[in-house]
Formats: sequence, C-alpha cells, structure tokens
Amino acid sequence: MGRIQLKQVKKSFGDVTVIPPLDLEIEDGEFVVFVGPSGCGKSTLLRLIAGLEDTTGGVIEIDGKDATSLPPAKRRLAMVFQSYALYPHMTVRKNIAFPMRMAGLDKAEQDKRIAAAAKALNLTDYLDRRPGQLSGGQRQRVAIGRAIVREPAAFLFDEPLSNLDAALRVGMRMEISELHKKLATTMVYVTHDQVEAMTMADKIVVLHAGVIEQVGSPLELYRAPRNKFVAGFIGSPKMNFIEGKEAAAHDAHTIGIRPEHIDVSTTEGHWHGTVGVAEHLGSDTFIHVHGVPGCSPMTVRVGGEIPVRHGDKVFLTPNLDHLHRFDAKGLRIA
Amino acid sequence: MARSTTTRRKIITTAAAWAVGLLIFFPIYWTILTSFKTEAQAINDPPLFFFFDWTLENYAVVQERSDYMRFLWNSVIISGLSTLLGVMIAVPAAWSMAFVPSRRTKDILLWMLSTKMLPAVGVLYPISLLFVKFGLLDTRTGLVVVLMLINLPIIVWMLYTYFKEIPGEILEAARMDGATLREEIVYILTPMAIPGIASTMLLNFILAWNEAFWTLNLTAAKAAPLTAFIASYSSPEGLFFAKLSAASTMAIAPILILGWFSQKQLVRGLTFGAVK
Amino acid sequence: MATQHSRSAARLMMAPAVILLLGWMLVPLTMTLFFSFKKYLPMRGDSLENGLEWVGFENYVRFIGSSSFWPSVQATLVIVGGVLAITVILGIFLAILLDQPFWGQGVVRILVIAPFFVMPTVSALVWKNMFMDPVNGILAHLWRFFGAEPVSWLSDASLQSIIMIVSWQWLPFATLILLTAIQSLDSEQLEAAEMDGAPVVQRFFYIVLPHLGRAITIVILIQTIFLLSIFAEIFVTTGGAFGTRTLTYLIFQRVIDSQNIGLGSAGGVYAIILANIVAAFLMRIVGKNLDA
Repeated sequence: MGRIQLKQVKKSFGDVTVIPPLDLEIEDGEFVVFVGPSGCGKSTLLRLIAGLEDTTGGVIEIDGKDATSLPPAKRRLAMVFQSYALYPHMTVRKNIAFPMRMAGLDKAEQDKRIAAAAKALNLTDYLDRRPGQLSGGQRQRVAIGRAIVREPAAFLFDEPLSNLDAALRVGMRMEISELHKKLATTMVYVTHDQVEAMTMADKIVVLHAGVIEQVGSPLELYRAPRNKFVAGFIGSPKMNFIEGKEAAAHDAHTIGIRPEHIDVSTTEGHWHGTVGVAEHLGSDTFIHVHGVPGCSPMTVRVGGEIPVRHGDKVFLTPNLDHLHRFDAKGLRIA
Repeated sequence: MARSTTTRRKIITTAAAWAVGLLIFFPIYWTILTSFKTEAQAINDPPLFFFFDWTLENYAVVQERSDYMRFLWNSVIISGLSTLLGVMIAVPAAWSMAFVPSRRTKDILLWMLSTKMLPAVGVLYPISLLFVKFGLLDTRTGLVVVLMLINLPIIVWMLYTYFKEIPGEILEAARMDGATLREEIVYILTPMAIPGIASTMLLNFILAWNEAFWTLNLTAAKAAPLTAFIASYSSPEGLFFAKLSAASTMAIAPILILGWFSQKQLVRGLTFGAVK
Repeated sequence: MATQHSRSAARLMMAPAVILLLGWMLVPLTMTLFFSFKKYLPMRGDSLENGLEWVGFENYVRFIGSSSFWPSVQATLVIVGGVLAITVILGIFLAILLDQPFWGQGVVRILVIAPFFVMPTVSALVWKNMFMDPVNGILAHLWRFFGAEPVSWLSDASLQSIIMIVSWQWLPFATLILLTAIQSLDSEQLEAAEMDGAPVVQRFFYIVLPHLGRAITIVILIQTIFLLSIFAEIFVTTGGAFGTRTLTYLIFQRVIDSQNIGLGSAGGVYAIILANIVAAFLMRIVGKNLDA
C-alpha cells in the first residue's frame, strides 16, 4: 500500500530544467534514499512526489492511481521536513493531532494514536510542551510522530537529520531504520550524506543535475558503480581516480581504486610517494600520499594504527580485484 | 552598543536624556495639566505648574457643549472598522505575496505603496463628487471605506513583512497534513502571525484615528470623528484654554496609550519593512 | 515555488486588494485629469449634466501663472526643507543620546515618541493657543519673564512657527527610526575603530553616520511624502494666511473656497507629479530592500 511510480516526470522552473524526464519505481514497503550533492534536484523530486510542486510533464502514480494533479492532502503521504516544520503555537499533543483533526477523526481514536505514537517515540512526558521547549532530537521525533499517526501510504523525509549534531544524528538514523522495520511502510528519504544513504537504504537513487545516475542497493552501488560520479560519491573516503599511462595499461581512460583497497608498505610496492597528511583516527588511519603519477594526492585507508608521519616515503599496491575501470565518458567498463 | 560605562557618564547621560524627553513631552503634559485648571488659572502669569485648584469642570463642559461621546464613538467605529476591513482584505493578499511569490509580486507591492503617495488634495473633488453621488458624504460608511483604502497599502506591507518571517515549510507541512487553504490560514498562519497582525492593526488604528484630511473634508456633523471635534475649537471664544485642553486630552488620550504599546512595531510599519 | 493550484489561489486572494486599490487610484485620478482640462465653476452654473467646456491646458497655464503659485511652492519647500533639517539633525543627536545606557530608558523613550501619536489637529491647536498665543501663551510668558516683547508667532513668524509645530510632530518618527538603525550597528565595529585609535568625532563620521545613511534616506523620503501634503496644521492655525499657503493648501482653496474645480484639478495634477518624483526615489530604496 505504498507503491510510487514516476513515469517521464519532468520539472522546469521557467526556462531552467531542473529534472529532465525521469522514470523511477518505488516498491511498497521499500526504504528508498535519494542522494546527491546539493542542487542535484533530490529535494525537488521529493516535493514533486509530495505534491508541493507541480510536475512540468509526466505522471506520478501512487498505488497504481494517477496522482499527478492531486493536491498534497489527497495523496496519503506524510512528510518530515528539514526544519521539522512544527507548529510553534501548538503543544506537542496538538501538533501530532493536527493531521487527524484535519481528517476529521473522532477524539477517542485521536487520543489512542497519539498515546501510541508518543510511547513509540519516547514523547509521553512532553505532550503538553511546545516545540520551542524541546531539544532538536525531540522536535525531530514530534515531526515523525505527526507523520506516523496519519498512517500514510508512504513517508517522505527531506534531509531530516541535517539540523542535528553528529552524535544525535547516528542515534536518530537508527531510530528511523527501526521505525521502518516496525511499520514496513514505504519511506522516501532525501539526504546529501552518503553515509546515511548507505546505512539506511534498501535502495539508493543517486541523483546528479536532475538525472538519475544509478539505482541499486547500497552494496551494488559500492561494488559496481555505473559511472565515475557514483563511484566518487559513494564511499568514504572518496575513491581515487587515476588517469594517463597507468589507466591505459588497464585498457581504460580512468581507473578507480578505493582507499581501503590499497596496501601500504614501507619497503616495496607498485607505486611510491611521500606522505602529506596522515589522519590518525585510532580505528583507522587515512594517509594522503603525494607523488603517485596520475593521481595526487592518493588517499589510502589502513585499518588500525600505523606509524607514518608527514614526509615519510611509502609504497602502495592496489588490490586489482577491486579495480574500477571507466571509459572516456566516465562510464564503467565491465 | 552594549558597553560598560562609568557611573559618572551614566549620570550625565541620564540627566541629558530626561531633560530632552521632558522637553519634548512638555506640550502634552501642559495640555493635560491645563485641562484640570479653571480658565483663569489656565492663563495665569506666571504659569501654574502644580498648585492650583484641580477641577474636572472642563471635561463636563466640553462633553455638554459638543457631545464628546458622539465624536469619540465615530472615531472608534471609523478607525476600528476601517482597520478590521483592511486586515480582512490584506491577509489573503499578503499570504499570496509572501508564500506564492511570482515575478510580479515585487511590482505589485511597490505599486500598492505608490497609491499611498497620491496626494489626497489632488483627488479631493472627485472623491467628494463620488461621495455625493453615492450618498456617502458625512457617513461613517464612507469614511470607513476611504480610510481603509488609504491604509490598505501599509496593512498589506506590514503583514507581508511579518508573513515573510514564517517559514514556508510550516505551511507546507499543514498542506501535507491535509489542511485546506482556508484551514491553513485559519489554524496555522493566523495564530503564528498574531503578534504581527496585532501590531499592524494597532498602528493602522492609530493612523486612521489621526487622519485629518479626509475626516475634515468628508464629514459635517453626523459622522465627524475627533479630528473634527477638535477642529471646531479652532475659533477662540473668549477664555477657553482649559476647555481646549480638556477636549484635546480626551481626543489624544486613547491613542497615546495605544501608541505606547505599538512603538516597537511603528518603525517597521512606517518604513515598509525597510528598517527593522 | 508552488503548485498551479496555489498560484491560482494566490491570484484570487490578491484580487480584492488589487482591484480596490486600482479603483481607488484610477477613478479619481481620471476624473481629476478630466476636470483639469475643463472650465468647471459650479458656482457659476457649470455642471456635469450640461457638459463642461474644454479649455485645453488653460487651467495648467493659469495655475502656474497665478500670483499665488510660486509663493506656495516656496512655502512648501521652506516647510518641507525646514522640518527635514530639524528632524534629521536633532533625530540623529537624540538617537545617539537614547542609545547610551542611562536610567529610565523605557520611560524616556515613551516621552520622546508621544508627540507622534497626537492628532495633527490637536497639536496645531495646542501650539497655536497655549504656546504661541501672543498674550496668554507659554512662550509669551517666557518672553515677558526675560523682559522681552512677546512675539505674535503665527503672524510675524508664521513659517517658522509651522515648521516648529510640524517638527515637533515628526521628530519622534525620525528619532525612532534612527535609534533602531543605530542599535543594529555592530558594537564590535566601534570597538575595532577605537582600538585603531579613532577618536569619538571620527568614529561618528566614519562609522556611525555611514551606517545611518540608509535610515536617514528613508526618513527623508517618507517624511517628504507626508510633509508635502500637510493640511490640518495649516488649516487650524493660519488658514493659509501670512505666507503659509502651501501647494496643497492652495489647491484646497481653489477647489473648496473658490470652487474652481478645473483650476484646482490642474493644481492637483502638479501635486501628483511632484509626489511621484519623490515616490520614485523611495520606491527604489524600498524595492532594493525587497531583494535582500
């Protein structure tokens, strides 16, 4: 009960095309993440699904029914906004009740659902407070609560965690994932953070300049990025790209190798270079090596601690099983 | 510019500021004071600053002579209704401009402002003519309409600047939550903008109350508000300072009190949001 | 950014305000323009029903040619200029004073603002009688106290008196806006200048004054628009006598006193043009602010 299909959906603002015609299927119960750099059209796409923007062309179907020209209220979708968009003049209880009040649900049912949502989201003690008196994480939960009680066909999240601090973000990420497991309702989630995408999604949609670069499960995207953009966007630290002679040796215009797929040695290896910055995280060490032909600096990830410092000479060897090859257009060579 | 200062400097500043403040306020103070004197004391030389026989007689005389209550009632009705009507027309317009801006929004806003700058005297005769034709001369209805129209641009502007500060996402959330446009405005926008709407209404009430061109030129007896009440005291009839003061006090007291409440919003309203 | 649905709703909701103001502007304006090209003296039997005589630009020429036109322009300019100078200069001074920390800021602020809320008819009457009356006014008492001959303010120094009254009304406005602007000045900027060794006067001219530039412009423009059409203050005090007949008042007299609608309308068109020139400047500033 939450299948969303986009058929040739297009959006332009005046003469500027933000999203060229695009097809996408979101299955019922799926957790789909739209990810891409800012300005890639991911939020616009979400707003098109929500009905907060008109499509310039194409059809949006929800559960097989054409919803293209339905107003937002009629689409049975709930949305959690980046700013949470709580109603500041209402208590938490009234905020959560608002969509049910608009739908004309009877009071007893409203109270039942509020109580259930509050319990699930740890908000029971805060029901009579106003949003202004809550912390960021609590506000976030109220926004989610307001979305849950409507029992929508699908949830839409627009960068919901970007206003939280790093520690809270990890916690909320888990909570949303758990919520999805529990409700098994379709969720469409927009973020610019590929870590969020990787950790939460069943299916990731990578967007770039309004165009879908690739759709797939997190590991599909990690293992077999369809082009250089996806390869560079998914994974942290970023994939190293090497051009020139080294790439030609592999019959490619560009080759890519992830930092975690490079071995470091102080004695021998395929390449050698000088350590620029070494970031010691404890669990990992990221080394930026200068002087590798065709790619400088090259980032290398080493598990645990390794005693290298600025100016040291190191040797690097790529793990050829994990080498990615791209043609002149940046497309993957299988 | 919060800075720590020496006590000495603060004392000097305090003295200077109070001196200036009292000097500026003096005419109002003097008017109120004089209204409690007898006519003879009012023109006493040297002026009496406190020690005189306080009397309320002037207020009684003024009320009796010119039926203050009727003028007051006209002022209240005209200012109140014109403000209310203006806000009712302006809220939807300001909603549109703030939340559904188009390329023409700015032009429309500026154009509205420009109608406010039309010198009233330039259209005095046509308006009088229209008033006669439609039987609006010396009616409260006529004045309500005119004052609403001359203040409408300010009301739209003020509301627009307040609405602009409400994040659009909240209204979109309401839309997602199933609220219709009307419900969105009634349950979400209006309660959130209450402080802005209130100060808009207050300022426009004041402006309408003090408006002295149309109220003087379009009324005679029936619909005349306090501006006309006071203007009727412009021809001196013997000793009348105390009565003039009583009448003046009655005309300005209500609005002075309201005005003090609205001083913070005044700046924004009168500069069309250009100074906040 | 919105949907077609909300855009059409927006147009619909904007319509009442736009239509009303359009009517309010166009109808009387068209009528004024129409009358300005006609001979229209209702007292001499001219009436709309019988048709009015087309006189071309005669009214315009006569209005400018009349012996009262240039003095009225001069009176208008002197009043507007005088009030602007007084309110802006004193306003800056007051704003700086009130911005300093002192005891009773709230109360003093209220005292200073008060005149703005006084009805123009009231302030004109109070000043005329209780202050400027050559026999019983406070100022006469004051003059006599110092052994001077009391002045007949409204006849001997009529323009100055009007400027005085109007300035009293508008000083609060200027002060309030300039004070708001000063308060938005970043104190760190001033402290940085102090660290750089700029003395008080320099700090005022190089930092405070430029910061106030925009606010001063706005004060000047908004006041100009209101001052160009001051009416009650003259109506109640001198009735346009003793050289206080402004352009607004002249037009008022042509229309109401001499019932020469054609001539008054031509004057009205001049006033509208004058106001529009000032308005154009104000619009540009406000418009720029809209983008910010």
